[in-house]
Amino acid sequence: MTVITDMPDVPRAARRPQIGNPVLRWLRANLFSSIPNGILTLVLLTVLVKGLFSFVQWGVANAVWLTPANDSAACKVVRGLGACWAVIPEKYRFILFGTYPFDEQWRPALSVLLFIVLFYLSTRRALWRRELAFLWIGALALISVLMWGGLFGLSFVSQDRWGGLPVTLILATSGLAFGFPLGILVALGRRSKLPAIRSLSVLYVELIRGVPLVSLLFMASVMFPLFMPAGFNIDKLLRAQIAIILFAGAYLAEVIRGGLQAVPRGQYEAADALGLSYWRKHRLVVLPQAIRHVIPPLVNTFIAFFKDTSLVLIIGIFDLLTTAKTAIIDPAWQQFSVEVYIFVAAIYFVFCFAMSRYSRSLEARSGR
Amino acid sequence: MTSDIRRPPPRRSFGALGPNEMKGLFWQVLVVGVAVAIVLFLWSNTVTNLSARRITTGFAFLGREAGMPIADSLLTYNPRDSYLWAFVVGLANTLRVAVIGIVLATILGTLIGISRLSANWLLSRLAAVYVEVLRDIPLLLQLLFWYVLMQALPAARAAWRPVEGVFLSNRGLILPAIPVGAPQLWVLGTAVLGCAIFFFIRRWLVAQQMRDGKPRPAWPFALGLIVVLPAAVSLSLAVSWRIEWPELHGFNFVGGLTLAPEYFALLIALVTYTSAFIAEIVRSGIQSVPRGQWDAACALGLRRSFMLRQIILPQALRVIVPPMTSQYLNLTKNSSLAVAIGYQDVVSIANTTLNQTGQAIEAISLIMSVFLTISLSISFFMNWYNARIALAER
Repeated sequence: MTVITDMPDVPRAARRPQIGNPVLRWLRANLFSSIPNGILTLVLLTVLVKGLFSFVQWGVANAVWLTPANDSAACKVVRGLGACWAVIPEKYRFILFGTYPFDEQWRPALSVLLFIVLFYLSTRRALWRRELAFLWIGALALISVLMWGGLFGLSFVSQDRWGGLPVTLILATSGLAFGFPLGILVALGRRSKLPAIRSLSVLYVELIRGVPLVSLLFMASVMFPLFMPAGFNIDKLLRAQIAIILFAGAYLAEVIRGGLQAVPRGQYEAADALGLSYWRKHRLVVLPQAIRHVIPPLVNTFIAFFKDTSLVLIIGIFDLLTTAKTAIIDPAWQQFSVEVYIFVAAIYFVFCFAMSRYSRSLEARSGR
Repeated sequence: MTSDIRRPPPRRSFGALGPNEMKGLFWQVLVVGVAVAIVLFLWSNTVTNLSARRITTGFAFLGREAGMPIADSLLTYNPRDSYLWAFVVGLANTLRVAVIGIVLATILGTLIGISRLSANWLLSRLAAVYVEVLRDIPLLLQLLFWYVLMQALPAARAAWRPVEGVFLSNRGLILPAIPVGAPQLWVLGTAVLGCAIFFFIRRWLVAQQMRDGKPRPAWPFALGLIVVLPAAVSLSLAVSWRIEWPELHGFNFVGGLTLAPEYFALLIALVTYTSAFIAEIVRSGIQSVPRGQWDAACALGLRRSFMLRQIILPQALRVIVPPMTSQYLNLTKNSSLAVAIGYQDVVSIANTTLNQTGQAIEAISLIMSVFLTISLSISFFMNWYNARIALAER
């Protein structure tokens, strides 16, 4: 418990006379403020340097970066001593785009780019207007055209050939795009004065949040065909997408409910006094304020189910993680799964880290 | 203006409905009607489909012989046992990973959360990097990564020995163990009883101190009830606490406690992933205690440990407990990812059952009811605990 004796916001150095070299002063205040602290710093430094050294030795010095196509002999020589990054140039097209027709892979690549632009534009405060909804609809329509094709001279690609990063992005983004209106309705239902609607909303939210996503995905893949009339069958990817939307809706509903609770009662009363109907009151007065309140937790929820889309691996849908796992079934590269997992982890990390940075900057701005 | 004072609206007779109530009733009937219609539609489809596929509904299949092997379990199981027993074994496996995972994740998460607040720059930076990296990579990916690492470990003959008696190989982690039988359980039971009695004695001592202000030390009671009493029982019954050291015989280990690679990978993944979230919760909990509370406690000349225990922690816990509950629930639900690496938890066994018998609805509703029960019990317990610590508020 001695580590919290100095709270970081009041460094001891502030109380000491400011003399000597500023670098030494900083070192003294932050790394060697007391004897135990100094020992801790030295121990950590040793561990860190050793760890970094062996990682660099494995990942850079002894690593194999390129091999002739489909030949992992050079990697097998250094196995255990160095990384085999050569597996990435060998397999990256499959990991990123799955079994999408090879010559047409510029289409999923362009879709990924569109998604990134869409996310970026959505973070711009100046664009937080009603038009943003049209932007989303337009972008999602454009992505559907690109992915499916069949229009404007693009050849048709059925969705069982889709795979990799675009599938991950589609599952997460559609989960947000459709789960969000659902979440708003359920959150309003949960705060409604009408007992039947309230209990249905509570039942839905608690049921979904009480069970793991895996069981919902099993339900989508195994039970859903039983639910539908005979002869009517929908695609596996769409079934998983429905499960993710239902899952996202329940979690988003709870976040939005928090925002609704944060809107002062005077706002509701003022809207009532103006004689606005229930829907106009919420659409014009309450929801715009409620949603602004909860944008940071909404981003965090989005990060959570962006990561959770990887669970579709369990029901055999080719998202980014599944393509990575499939890429290393190839006997030549089987032993180099760690490298592939690190590559995929880096992709997930870049997306999630950017989003969490953004959410934190929003929190800092609203906290001021 | 005074002349046109509005008349109050005419009072309605009891039981009649105004326009607002009518509207409310209409919406409720509509929504419930739609929900019931959807359920009925799905239900009738399901009944038709099941009869077309000649699947009998119901839980009768639970009594049949399961015939699936379960490699790693706490309870005794053999493939001739029933599906019901296989489920129970799976549930025990889920609880085994969830309970131990929650304890370890809390400890690790608290340590990292405190490290993030350390005055030592290096330590707080390292803790921040740990949190950031683990939070931003999907748990399933981390799980597969750990599992691949486990499989890449040397074979049993060339096992790593980080400490004497501990072996790490592709057979998993093998630890020395103390065999616990009935006599050992008696001693442990005495210790638990001692803890319970001590809890009440301490409460009484605090109540006495509240009355006259004289501090009464509680530690002699703790020593007597929790250490001396069980030790006396152990000596009088001559209970052996012999440590069983694992040894390599042929291709495998004999003795000791074995954590199978699947279990070990799942445990590491769950603990490290959840600890990153717990660290953030602990950090924000401690930071939520106003600086003035620290200063006031210092000004009173309180000892550091007393200050943390009696002033800072009770206030921090109020902020920490609710989000901690949802992390515990998440860890329990995330343990269902076991199915991806073949650790046989309740989800994985239900999945095998589903594939063997075709009883999809029954198997999935079993999974869901198990998790709903666990979720509800954890949230009931944590709500009770939360209400208890919130009472300290003015």
